[in-house]
Amino acid sequence: MDARIRIRNIKSIVFKSVIMFLAFLVTIPLIVILIYIIKQGVMQVNWHFLTNVPAPVGETGGGISNALVGSIIIVALSSVIAIPIGMLAGIYLSENPGTKLAHYSGLCVDILQGVPSIVVGIVVYFWVVKPLGTFSAISGSIALAMMMMPIVIRSTEQTLKLLPDTLKEAALSLGVPYHRVILKVIIPCGFSGILSGIMLSIARIVGETAPLLFTAFGNPYLSTAITKPMQSLPLLIFNYATSPYDDWHNLAWGASFILLMFVLILNISTKLITRKWNIQL
Amino acid sequence: MPLLKNKRLDLSYSQMKWETVFKRLLITMSAVLVMVVVGILITLIVQSMPSIKSLGVGYLWGKVWDPVQNIYGAWPFLLGTLLTSFTALIISIPFSYAISIYLGEYNTRGWLSNLLKNTVELIAAVPSVIYGFWGLFVLVPVIRLLEMKMGVAPYGVGVFTSSLILAVMIIPYAASLGTSLIRMVPSPLKEGAYALGATRFEVIRSVILPYTRSGLFAGILLSLGRALGETMAVAMLIGNTSTIGNSFKEIFFGPGNTMASVIASQFTEADHTVYLSALIELGLVLFFVTVIINLIGKKIITNYTNN
Repeated sequence: MDARIRIRNIKSIVFKSVIMFLAFLVTIPLIVILIYIIKQGVMQVNWHFLTNVPAPVGETGGGISNALVGSIIIVALSSVIAIPIGMLAGIYLSENPGTKLAHYSGLCVDILQGVPSIVVGIVVYFWVVKPLGTFSAISGSIALAMMMMPIVIRSTEQTLKLLPDTLKEAALSLGVPYHRVILKVIIPCGFSGILSGIMLSIARIVGETAPLLFTAFGNPYLSTAITKPMQSLPLLIFNYATSPYDDWHNLAWGASFILLMFVLILNISTKLITRKWNIQL
Repeated sequence: MPLLKNKRLDLSYSQMKWETVFKRLLITMSAVLVMVVVGILITLIVQSMPSIKSLGVGYLWGKVWDPVQNIYGAWPFLLGTLLTSFTALIISIPFSYAISIYLGEYNTRGWLSNLLKNTVELIAAVPSVIYGFWGLFVLVPVIRLLEMKMGVAPYGVGVFTSSLILAVMIIPYAASLGTSLIRMVPSPLKEGAYALGATRFEVIRSVILPYTRSGLFAGILLSLGRALGETMAVAMLIGNTSTIGNSFKEIFFGPGNTMASVIASQFTEADHTVYLSALIELGLVLFFVTVIINLIGKKIITNYTNN
């Protein structure tokens, strides 16, 4: 009898060690990638790197200013498109959970969240690039906005659902009109939750490459015209990583370093905000 | 006095007007969302019409893809997609289960648990193009050495390499869902088993895992949906060939293509209607498959959390 119990206990301990081993093994790829990118990238980054356009093949030096400016413009534009739509739709979903429209748009949020990014690229190509006749930054922004919306909607909806109904009822009973209740009472109360959703969605789209391949397309020169092709960090990394030139690889390592740091800082600061709010995204 | 009263009335009328405007705005934005999704579907169907008409259903299992000869068969890409996704899934399952069980049962709070949880979530935050870039310069040479030892053609890039990177990329999706589901297992169930003298392993095997089975399955479905649609890392690592190898070994370790990666690499080169629309039809298939997988996964989760 004792022997059997001992075997069962040993089994339990062995199982726990295997689980722990596997669980912590997963962190190794992330750590290896982080260290590698930092090692390769940190040497590249200096003022010259940030303020110059890439040098032609064969010349050393050059920078990634075109991709930096492009990424900022494209992401800013998609935020301008996605945040208002996402917040308003999220408010609708949390305020009217029973309606038919809410059911269907909730379903559409789920669908949109699962659409492969490359498919978004194809669709926006036909919606914007073909009618305009040229690849453009604005088409890239629209594609990224479509990927951003579901995250903003879900975080808005989830945050607002956490707020107690009495808050809204108290404001309404004082005679405050509905839109002011939402904009001046409900939204400010859930602000940090919504903000963390927005930050997370920006962190998600800033590294998206696939939707930009057929929309923003990339541009070796510094451009700020939103109806013209524009470079962005992930596009630059993709194009230069798959090129055969060492100088270009170095530019791509530097760009990867900047992109990775930006994404990680955004994610970690979002975590710090959500710790207060316990939101599932 | 009457003047003031009128002003107040005007103000409240304008407020009422704004109230209606605001409510309509909310409805419009939700409707926009539905329109976007319907629009995606219509655009994909309309644009893939030329290929559906001229190539028929046989397109899906045609074995040859040769745009120069105007022959289009999607089988190499379907095979590549299935092979990379399922290999990645099989590699990732033990890890995502381990994380779920560790964070959900063994170590639910404290700094170590938080650290591991956040680290796993950061895996999902790294852009896929960076995974591809790193894989190209670090993983590919390693795999090449491995392939030389195994006696297969040492491409380095290929289905196997992409599956490895994909496996890492999709772990967080199943793991974070699994963790929260395992934490939701009612403690009376576990306590009952402990009271009967079960060890921790036995509680996990015969109480926690059966109780969370459908939820963990849903997590795996969501991971699969991610793997199927993943584009950039795969496009950089799979080698981009549209031919199928002769033996399984050749297919598995040699270069290939997935539906997403072939769209990424050939879409801007497609110079005539049928070629372009054959690529879009791939996108349509991909859209349907990932949407269905995602919706089933979400449905299981809602059923699970409601019960």
